[in-house]
Amino acid sequence: MSLTLRRFKNHSATLLMAATTAAVLLPLALIFYHILKMGLSSISLDFFTSIPKPTGEVGGGMVNGMAGSAIMIGMASLVGIPIGVLGAIYLVEYAGPRSGTAIRFSADVLAGIPSIITGMVAYILLVAPMKGFSALAGSAALAMIMIPIVLRTTEEQLRMIPGTLREASLALGVPLWRTSLKVVLVSASKGVLTGILLAVARVAGETAPLLFTALGNQFWSSKLTEPMAALPLQIFTFAISPYEDWHRLAWAGALVLVCVMFALSLAARMAGGKRGI
Amino acid sequence: MKGDTVFKWVTITFAFTVLLILAVMLGGMVLESFPALKHNGWRFIAGRDWDPVQENFGALSYLYGSVVSSMLALLVAAPLSIGTALFITEILPNRIGNAVSVLIELLAAIPSVIYGLWGVLVMAPWLQSTIQPFLIARLGFTPFFQGAPYGVSMMAAVLILAIMIVPIITAISREVLLAVPQSQKEAAWGLGATRWEMIRIAVLPYARSGIMGAVILGLGRAIGETMAVTMVIGNTPNISLSLLSPAYTMPSVIANEFAETTSKLHAATLMEMGLVLLGVTLLVNILARMMIWSVAGKKWSKA
Repeated sequence: MSLTLRRFKNHSATLLMAATTAAVLLPLALIFYHILKMGLSSISLDFFTSIPKPTGEVGGGMVNGMAGSAIMIGMASLVGIPIGVLGAIYLVEYAGPRSGTAIRFSADVLAGIPSIITGMVAYILLVAPMKGFSALAGSAALAMIMIPIVLRTTEEQLRMIPGTLREASLALGVPLWRTSLKVVLVSASKGVLTGILLAVARVAGETAPLLFTALGNQFWSSKLTEPMAALPLQIFTFAISPYEDWHRLAWAGALVLVCVMFALSLAARMAGGKRGI
Repeated sequence: MKGDTVFKWVTITFAFTVLLILAVMLGGMVLESFPALKHNGWRFIAGRDWDPVQENFGALSYLYGSVVSSMLALLVAAPLSIGTALFITEILPNRIGNAVSVLIELLAAIPSVIYGLWGVLVMAPWLQSTIQPFLIARLGFTPFFQGAPYGVSMMAAVLILAIMIVPIITAISREVLLAVPQSQKEAAWGLGATRWEMIRIAVLPYARSGIMGAVILGLGRAIGETMAVTMVIGNTPNISLSLLSPAYTMPSVIANEFAETTSKLHAATLMEMGLVLLGVTLLVNILARMMIWSVAGKKWSKA
């Protein structure tokens, strides 16, 4: 093969790769452009202060959805973070090869399960026995999604702490549990925080597991045993509705959601953990 | 020492919660779908008649929709992602490559409901007014582009799925490519290879199974994807070769019907569908993970 032909092949391949990169970035840029454009033109103070108006009336906001999301994410975190972090400590401090592999494997498998299935399981466990959709079931579904993510990222961070640090503490007569919590976990706290923030960002946008757990709510609700609104659910319902005005609210909601996600991702990066998203 | 004992048992309990959740998920889904398994039998995967009122549950259209939409999305997304991953690791200067990959990873974090919102309000109307009429006029004689331009269609679902899984496949392929030993590449350079020849003889063979794993992981994501697909696929149980006709997928029918089931059997049948979905995604994910681990080591644990 002549050198000219080989060079020609090399250049065409480079050009082709550049073209694929452009083709990948273009739709993503368009999505951003539309969220910014439609979101900024639709958002108003009303969006943050009022609940959705009945069909046909102009205006309204999604404050109940934002509050509902905050409540459910908060409850999921209260359950999911301690389970994930302490479970990771078990993996690092106590687990034998067999139990360790079993737990790691289940966590990875769990993380790959479609979130709508998690919603169905929360339905079986909480909605059916309690005979009604509830914020509690929604939080449980979100917690089940958080646990494997927090567990695996925390374990990874704890493993990066040098063994000498742990040994130094143990040699001073500090009991293992205090060493684990006050020396190892604290030393790894930045990375652990990164993992937690990413897990929160992940569940903040989840819609499918809330469809038949929290269900959504057009009004204010603060009872955990009743259906509750959530921002992603409201974006979904409003986006597929036939009303122009509801579409605008959906865009505004999308802008808020994307901003929250990026703020969390940015915070995660600044917290200094080594991983990406 | 008492503190240690308590601590040990607390951490054990929490760690095994993960096993428990997985067991409850599998057990619960099997148990709840049992009545449906008994009632539907083979009709579930062979029948096309879906009528909750008459209790006829043939899920073939949904199976077809799921398989076709995710396979086609993969066909679109895989070459694009691999090309992009090669471009940012092998050709772009490190700095710019890293910046692009941060951007792409950020995109992997966007919730699917937002992709769906864009898909249904921007992409589908655009397809309906420009691309689809063009395809009907030029390629309408083939079975793939027949019918009226609805906008919401199999085509819209394929495109939105492809857009959604590209960041995932790209991000993992990049990690795999970064794990290719420098010495391999230098050996190729030393033989006088051009850059493309170096990629072909040194990089791709080494990274092949890892990239396959990334693609299969993307497939797992596409099969289980619910919201974005539900918003753009048109939710009509069709089995049609035409990419322009609306279709329906398994996660979408669960999303649309599960909250308002007409009977116990209807709910159980949707559970059965969830079980099929669960089985497929588990298989796909385990396969993908093993392939990625074989190249990039066990450090990779996202997704």
